Amino acid sequence: MIIQALVFYVFAAVTIAAGLMVITARNPVHSVLFLILAFFNAAGLFVLMGAEFLAMILVVVYVGAVAVLFLFVVMMLDINVEKARQGFKKYLFIGGAIGLVLLVELVLILSSVVSTDVSVVASVPIPAIDDVHNTRALGQVLYTKYVYLFEASGMILLVAMIGAIVLTLRKREGVRRQVIADQVNRSREEAVEIKKVSSGSGI
Amino acid sequence: MKGDLRNSHCVDCIGEMGLDGMLAEYLPILIFLGIAVGLAIVMMMASVIMAKQHPDSEKISSYECGFEAFDDARGRFDVRFYLVAILFIIFDLEVAFLFPWAVSLSDVGLFGFWSMVIFLVILTIGFAYEWKKGALEWE
Amino acid sequence: MAELWEGYALPTIIIVAQIMAIVGPLLIAVAYLTLAERKVIGAMQLRKGPNVVGPFGLLQPFADAVKLMMKETIMPSGANRIVFIMAPMLTFILSLVAWAVIPFGEGLVVSDINVGILYLFAISSLGVYGVIMAGWASNSKYPFIGALRSAAQMVSYEVSMGLVIITVLMCVGSLNLSDIVMAQKGDYGLLNWYAFPLLPMFVIFFISILAETNRSPFDLPEGESEIVAGFMVEYSSMSFALFFLGEYANMILMSAMAAILFMGGWLPPFDIAPFNWIPGPIWFSLKIAFVLFCFLWVRATFPRFRYDQLMRLGWKVFLPFTLFWVLLTAGVLVGFDLLPAAH
Repeated sequence: MIIQALVFYVFAAVTIAAGLMVITARNPVHSVLFLILAFFNAAGLFVLMGAEFLAMILVVVYVGAVAVLFLFVVMMLDINVEKARQGFKKYLFIGGAIGLVLLVELVLILSSVVSTDVSVVASVPIPAIDDVHNTRALGQVLYTKYVYLFEASGMILLVAMIGAIVLTLRKREGVRRQVIADQVNRSREEAVEIKKVSSGSGI
Repeated sequence: MKGDLRNSHCVDCIGEMGLDGMLAEYLPILIFLGIAVGLAIVMMMASVIMAKQHPDSEKISSYECGFEAFDDARGRFDVRFYLVAILFIIFDLEVAFLFPWAVSLSDVGLFGFWSMVIFLVILTIGFAYEWKKGALEWE
Repeated sequence: MAELWEGYALPTIIIVAQIMAIVGPLLIAVAYLTLAERKVIGAMQLRKGPNVVGPFGLLQPFADAVKLMMKETIMPSGANRIVFIMAPMLTFILSLVAWAVIPFGEGLVVSDINVGILYLFAISSLGVYGVIMAGWASNSKYPFIGALRSAAQMVSYEVSMGLVIITVLMCVGSLNLSDIVMAQKGDYGLLNWYAFPLLPMFVIFFISILAETNRSPFDLPEGESEIVAGFMVEYSSMSFALFFLGEYANMILMSAMAAILFMGGWLPPFDIAPFNWIPGPIWFSLKIAFVLFCFLWVRATFPRFRYDQLMRLGWKVFLPFTLFWVLLTAGVLVGFDLLPAAH
């Protein structure tokens, strides 16, 4: 058990340290890189709990996709750090309020004041890892028992897709695009013209 | 399940180290990571120590085909790159949803099959929309 | 004391030995892949390729390695030092750690995790970081443009690669790499490999891994004639060499993935006398070598893609086609009751 505990404390400590660095690092790119480190350690913690699938999905989706977008934004926009810090006091109140709400929610859930169902759910036996590995166990309920939530997440993705296009897509004028159908449909008649040139007379 | 495929001797040893079967499989990855990091650092340092280092201002200025670099290279760029990144996140999530479905298809049966078909149809609507809007065209 | 030795030190030493038995041959394979590349392309262009250093130029990779080792490590003046150094190391490290889950034969695997294919998918989706970090940290224009191009290209082909993997998984019913190989074992030998029933997926997978590894004809991120060497312009010496090693190790890794998913991993093509005398790891290596040869063949044959055509191929051809094929495969498996039994 000692190695497992050791690994847990290392992962947990690095996660918290990296989380702190995310908000204290001066360079926003360094912040994102620390965020990625925190994700990795969180994935490690998932593995320690036996949630292999979630660990891998955390890496694929958050590190492999979401953090890439973050990195794109902070690297390429060249954010002026001083300017970003000026609004700090202005947003302190609203940020603090949101933080407080989240904290209260967390406390309520952990002490299960909100509903006693939480403890009931937690006590339902989870199939042993060696019987059904957790990717399969997840699949068995996600597409049948929780089908409405599953379809709802599909709708959310649809909204996100449409939103992204509406917000970012700008048509540039005067760009010549390749239209493959037009290229393929071009016939010999409209492309080539044969002129008879009588020999010796020049053009 | 697949205990016969494992190198049983080694797994047993680690089992005695206090990790159960599944976690024992992840310890080698951690050690592998350590070795890879060590190797990368050693290779880097070896070159720095062995080779002569004579930096001068011309040598370490950024390369621009012989020109003097005239401004900072980190400028703005086409918003299309963001759009590609956002669309990638959405489709990556779709793939993430497909992974458990692919391995549990025999358990969830026809109902699970159709629920995924509906999910994919919803996303295909979005895909058709972006195709129609020209979001997939590069200029 | 004896307990400490039996319980901790011995297993750790065994694991380290296993890892070394992978990393050592892998690095030698990378060295000879660079030589093979120059030799094969040379032969296709009626040249001899390197033939001076050692017999048939066999010592050429080591001469190159020593040369790179003795060069000066240049740190550009405008660069972000830490990120600049981290980028090549990250590329190199990622291309190594992925090998932890690759099965070389029955039971010959360092860590036989349940979600092996997902692990490989995760590692390959991280490859984009080395590129973006290098492009940004260099603070120079060519690397910046190269990194942007490369990042967009890699993520575009990642999706179709994921969907191709899904089709194979549906036929296997498990995410474990050894299970994927064993599912291709059958009475018909070679015809049981997924390369045949899922031939279109195999083709798309091969093209996608060309794009993922930035190989010709998708080598726009480093297109020499346009943006010099893309994100690697500012790198020299061992920092360049780590990128180089990482990229070639990644090529071998992707070929191994193709061999496992579609070509029956370590299984012999026919399960009869002369073929099954040869041990599994050798079959596996031969299959990897075959896919790598196709990489080189493609490089010697095709001109470079244009960027808009590359994005079109990824998003408008591969994505809808693989999505359709996922549904088709699922439909056939469910409709004809061919789904794999629970593992």
